[in-house]
Amino acid sequence: MGPVLELRSICKYYPEHRALEGISLEVPRGAFFSLLGPSGCGKTTTLRLVAGFEAPTAGDILLNGARINHLRPYERNVSTVFQNYALFPHLTARGNVEFGLRRRGASGIDARVRQVLELVELAGKEARYPAQLSGGERQRVALARSLVLEPDLLLLDEPLAALDPKLRKQVRTELKTLQRRVGITFLFVTHDQEEALSLSDRIGVMRAGRLEQVGTPEEIYLRPRTRFAASFVGALNWMDGVAVRPEATRISPEAPAGDVRSRPATVTGCIFLGNTLQVQARLATGENVTAEVSRLEGGFAPGQAVQVWWRQCDELALPPEP
Amino acid sequence: MRRAGTAPRAVARLRRLVLLPAWTVVALLFLVPLLVIGSYSLLTRGAYWGLSLPWTLENYTRLFDPLYAVILLRSVVMAAVATALCLVLAFPAALFISRAGRRKNFYLHLVIIPFWTSFLVRTYAWMFLLRDTGLFNTLLQALGLIGEPLPLLYNDGAVLLGLVYGYLPFMVLPIYATLERLDCELLEAAADLGARPWAAVTRVIIPLSAPGIRAGAVLVFIPALGAYLTPELLGGGRSIMIGNLIQNQFTTARDWPFGSALSLVLTAAAMALLFVFLRRRGEELL
Amino acid sequence: MRRLLGLYAAGFYAFLHLPLVILAVFSFNASRFTVWEGLSLRWYQAAFQDAQLAEATLNSLIIAAVATLFSTLIGTLCAYGLWKRAAPVLAGSLYLTLVTPEIVTGVALLAWFQLVFRQVGFQLGLHTVILAHVSFSVAYVVVVVLARLRTMDATLEEAAMDLGATEWGAFGRVTLPALAPGIAAAALLAFTLSFDDYVITSLVAGVDSETLPMVIYALARRGANPAINAVSTMIVVGLGTLVLAAERLRAR
Repeated sequence: MGPVLELRSICKYYPEHRALEGISLEVPRGAFFSLLGPSGCGKTTTLRLVAGFEAPTAGDILLNGARINHLRPYERNVSTVFQNYALFPHLTARGNVEFGLRRRGASGIDARVRQVLELVELAGKEARYPAQLSGGERQRVALARSLVLEPDLLLLDEPLAALDPKLRKQVRTELKTLQRRVGITFLFVTHDQEEALSLSDRIGVMRAGRLEQVGTPEEIYLRPRTRFAASFVGALNWMDGVAVRPEATRISPEAPAGDVRSRPATVTGCIFLGNTLQVQARLATGENVTAEVSRLEGGFAPGQAVQVWWRQCDELALPPEP
Repeated sequence: MRRAGTAPRAVARLRRLVLLPAWTVVALLFLVPLLVIGSYSLLTRGAYWGLSLPWTLENYTRLFDPLYAVILLRSVVMAAVATALCLVLAFPAALFISRAGRRKNFYLHLVIIPFWTSFLVRTYAWMFLLRDTGLFNTLLQALGLIGEPLPLLYNDGAVLLGLVYGYLPFMVLPIYATLERLDCELLEAAADLGARPWAAVTRVIIPLSAPGIRAGAVLVFIPALGAYLTPELLGGGRSIMIGNLIQNQFTTARDWPFGSALSLVLTAAAMALLFVFLRRRGEELL
Repeated sequence: MRRLLGLYAAGFYAFLHLPLVILAVFSFNASRFTVWEGLSLRWYQAAFQDAQLAEATLNSLIIAAVATLFSTLIGTLCAYGLWKRAAPVLAGSLYLTLVTPEIVTGVALLAWFQLVFRQVGFQLGLHTVILAHVSFSVAYVVVVVLARLRTMDATLEEAAMDLGATEWGAFGRVTLPALAPGIAAAALLAFTLSFDDYVITSLVAGVDSETLPMVIYALARRGANPAINAVSTMIVVGLGTLVLAAERLRAR
């Protein structure tokens, strides 16, 4: 069986600007696929095209191998969890969840609704109206409403953005567990790289309407193919034209012998973080680098001369900016 | 650097002063007159002038007299039918305007402006169209479709038409206001969940516009119930409603106590409706 | 579905506007019957030459001008007061004046005026009409001005006072200028309401003072008189312009 979703050279142009340019990707069956990028990069536009709220200017959208460009949202077996949940205020949680099933005239609605509410841990709250539910509970109703329809693909538009930060991490893990349990393919849109890294099987990094790179979280983090992908996902230290991740960047008075590359630098700051020290240094080339050093390795005073060093294999091979 | 007269007590006094003129107007020119006819409704019709003792409840019991009960009933039925018709006609129009994008204001004005010009003229316009020598009859006769003019005017139907025509904008505006505040995302969610356009209208749009529908219904039913001009001009004395009856009591019939009782019953009905319909959501209209 | 709605809207607006348009068209009809016989201004000439119409129009204008002046003043102050602090009884009573059927307010005022005047010896006339019009216009002015006030930042007056202005100074220099379009819109609306009123006016006007709506009503009851078409068209155009101006001001 092929991928659940395939986008072939999707372009979306508006009168004032070009939102998407030649987006092509494949979402494997059962995967948690994230579209990651800054606001305005086109990730939400891509989602809306797949859902059917807008039509692509060019290109094809294939769901399970069949072209769905011409199908209306209610004709596609794709379901969306909106950023603000879009729960119907005049219906209870149960009313919201069964909405899609009733539109289809499905049978065994009560059993299916009960099942999915248990799945999202909302059993007992089905008689409540959205206004009477907390933010986290509303999100679960939105999820349940879409999941109960057993779509081929579930689209999630920054579903964690509306939650308060404390709740976000907890819901994140629950979401991942849920997806594994249910086995439905998720297409997840976010601007938070930590979210994308922790949740996804595959990530598509987007910028200004184009896909910069598609790969597993490890591939994108350890082998970014563009400068943008490298700096958007995780932090970078530039040293004399070479990019190294901060955790691979070491600072010490002397560089060790062996297969390492090093550069002299002057300490510009040292912040006490408890178990570590965050040391900032400036190279002779003028570049600023940041590295974390164990507290036990001693302190660094501003102005101190140090060596910044790294292993050659930790260098990221990045093409020059076009 | 506070100047004189800005001490808190002076401010409170100033604030009360600001409301004083309005209070005077409302009290002297509205509440007191209502109290006056309230007391009149309990008196008896006098020999020559208007009023005399004894105090009585007879004016209220007279309302059950079949002669008057018919009129009251007709008023309620006409107002109810007019409200229902207004609802059916206004809803699609309000929906259209709410989806008109940049031209929303233009279409809104197109509804508001004729409404505010002149109720009398707008009622007369239908007289001009419907009477025996009016446009419709002349046209139909000229086309050879009828021989004699049709009696389109001076009946219940004409009054109904006049009521609907007169109060239609009162239904469009509140419904439009609620539709405008509707979250577009809800309609997308409905489509996403499989609702075809018609199902989205009946299952999402209409339930969510309930507050607007309620407000519109109240804003049409109450004036329609107390209508005077429309039944007078378009009904020609053959379709008498409460308003005509009241006016009659205060002019030709010279039975002010009975007229007062009718007025109070009408007002009480209006207030009861408002209380029931609008208290449910605690809507603040002023 | 969009096309269906568009079609319906066309029919809806036609229903709403055609009667008035037809009235206007036939006001230029040369014939006195409802058969088209060519363009003519004779009905407009007849209207302008009618002394009764002229006097009635003058009365209507005077009444509307004076009533508007007072109701706008009183209503604006009232709205300002309500904006600062809620007064539920007053607000409720004002709302009541809006929803009470006109016939009831009319007869109530008639009874009240007769009661008072019998003691004092006054008669019904222009002054009673003006009082009546102020009575029902104030609430409309309050609604319009209050809505406008609610869109304004309440802390601006505080800022003015912090900088040295008194309460009235803050009102005059900060709130009033921003409120001006809203007040103007309310005044135009009040004028329109007053000019067009028939029910209440006919009850409290007495024998000597006739307003334009009263004359039109009398002519309409009597039957076909093409001069009404001309007068009606002029009223619609005149008041329509005022309302359009009011709506423009409200939007500013």
